[in-house]
Amino acid sequence: MTSVSQRFEALRERAHCALIPFITAGDPDLETTAEALRVLDRSGADLIELGVPYSDPLADGPVIQAAATRALQRGVRLADVLEVVRQVSPELRSPIILFTYYNPILNRGIDLFLKQVSEAGVKGLVVPDLPLEEAESLLHPAFDYGIELTLLIAPTSPADRIATIARQSQGFIYLVSTTGVTGMRAQVQARVKDLLVELQTVTDKPIGVGFGISQPEHARQVMDWGADAAIVGSAFVKRLADGTPAQGLDAIAEFCRSLKAAIAPI
Amino acid sequence: MTTTPIRSGSQSAASASYPDAHGRFGKFGGKYVPETLMPALAELEAAFHQYKNDPAFQQELQALLRDYVGRPSPLYFAERLTAHYARPDGTGPQIYLKREDLNHTGAHKINNALAQVLLAKRMGKQRIIAETGAGQHGVATATVCARFGLKCIIYMGVHDMERQALNVFRMRLMGAEVSPVEAGTGTLKDATSEAIRDWVTNVETTHYILGSVAGPHPYPMLVRDFQAIIGQETRAQCLEKWGGLPDILLACVGGGSNAMGLFHEFVNEPSVRMIGIEAAGEGIDTEKHAATLTRGRVGVLHGAMSYLLQDEEGQVIEPHSISAGLDYPGVGPEHSYLKDSGRAEYYSITDQQALTAFQQLSQLEGIIPALETAHAIAYLETLCPQLNGSPRIVINCSGRGDKDVQTVAKFLNPG
Repeated sequence: MTSVSQRFEALRERAHCALIPFITAGDPDLETTAEALRVLDRSGADLIELGVPYSDPLADGPVIQAAATRALQRGVRLADVLEVVRQVSPELRSPIILFTYYNPILNRGIDLFLKQVSEAGVKGLVVPDLPLEEAESLLHPAFDYGIELTLLIAPTSPADRIATIARQSQGFIYLVSTTGVTGMRAQVQARVKDLLVELQTVTDKPIGVGFGISQPEHARQVMDWGADAAIVGSAFVKRLADGTPAQGLDAIAEFCRSLKAAIAPI
Repeated sequence: MTTTPIRSGSQSAASASYPDAHGRFGKFGGKYVPETLMPALAELEAAFHQYKNDPAFQQELQALLRDYVGRPSPLYFAERLTAHYARPDGTGPQIYLKREDLNHTGAHKINNALAQVLLAKRMGKQRIIAETGAGQHGVATATVCARFGLKCIIYMGVHDMERQALNVFRMRLMGAEVSPVEAGTGTLKDATSEAIRDWVTNVETTHYILGSVAGPHPYPMLVRDFQAIIGQETRAQCLEKWGGLPDILLACVGGGSNAMGLFHEFVNEPSVRMIGIEAAGEGIDTEKHAATLTRGRVGVLHGAMSYLLQDEEGQVIEPHSISAGLDYPGVGPEHSYLKDSGRAEYYSITDQQALTAFQQLSQLEGIIPALETAHAIAYLETLCPQLNGSPRIVINCSGRGDKDVQTVAKFLNPG
């Protein structure tokens, strides 16, 4: 199956900017999560980020917090999330990137966690509360299991950190577009453009921009500024949670297509 | 990135040289936060190292601690409490209270809030945020922000706002904005998460005055060092009163700042026994307690690796304690280190035992302790009968109980 890096290489050859939707696993329920993965995959997603619900998601804004809380209240566990991945991922073109906080990883034991997620078919990992200094414990073992651990860069990261993080990050580099938590915002901060330029001087790894990207124009904007991927989370989570599961699935399909259209090569 | 470890030059100060340059107390501590905050933590650490020995900073801090906070706080011999625990022959432990409850705003929290606001000023931050549980740290932060004319936002769980309504009023009276947090159980954990989210968002203009020895490095070190004045004064006062060291230190532990403040000075004095008391809520064999060190497993919460109350999936468990200040599922990483190394001992006290001690200290000494502090007092029931001779016990009387009288009244006279 395709790795995150391989997926980006293929897209790059065709000069495509990738679309990475994010959904919270288990919201509104696991069946809908499974179906949402299929729907996103055929509606223009190139990779998919799947959020593991956590009790204290301190990098997340209200939309994803609420989705995680609902999922936990329904009793969704990591094993259930991985079972969905195991069942659905063979049908997908999009590699699945698991977005999880560090404590559930630590709790399970790093090796066991990596073994289980890799067996389920997960290809990448994003851990929002694991900065470079603490990532050592996960980077090398992840590599051994064929899991790419993507590190994050923020608008506040100084130049020397940016270079080091870019060097260590696997799969791609996750550029956080704003100082803040996940969530929808009216526009993309202009400094993202400068950050992309700065990053491109130190790395040729793909760069995905996320946090606050919630409209087709935003995706288009970051693509025009040179991003290799637009990552869209809360806007998908909100649409999927509104109305019945069927309505939610229709809504994310349409939204995914509109995002993809905005970043399709001319 | 490589950094040179900062090590104390003194061999005998081995323990005092923790944390290491990575903010580690053994395996505990660290910085498990979103990347956005990493530069701010580095900036804070640099400012702390720059100013902690800076004469002008120290002069301003010491003058305010004296004239504004009212330090030094007395070391009070609790005569009737001592008599209560005396053996039939009149001997028994000699019980002293380190009167942090007499500080301005009524608790030890102001020591740290004041020092951090002086740092924030020097870092050019005009906006201050803080989390609060019992409201004592919120009140202390609101107080120092009023004193220095800084904008102040306090995050507080909705449940805590109800049980600590008096402190909510005090904070608002001093011009702070109290922002209700409805997530989770509406207690300290949720307020802390929300404060961290605010900081991630406004990090470039804002300083986060974290109120305990918890959170990401450098907070556990910085808050400990700003609270260490409690132990430093205690040492001098013991020396003055009996020419020696205390034998036993006793303090309550939620996040653990009042306990660390008392312990730190004595960590390298092997003759001094250190005891921390957690909240057992309705009992450590029930699901309703906050006894992190007694019942938790190693995990990561709010930026630090430490003991943590969590379920088998690694989801954080909602704690319970009658005392809002102890109602926290984590604990400062240095306490986890002191527990594992055996240097300090940790036990727990139930809501009911704390309520009894709350009344006992009120009646025997005319001192109404905070419910948090009452947990430490309550442990005397267990401790005193185990002791031989007349050891000198210093209890950190970390806060006063005015804020708790409504909670206690409701508990004692339900309906």
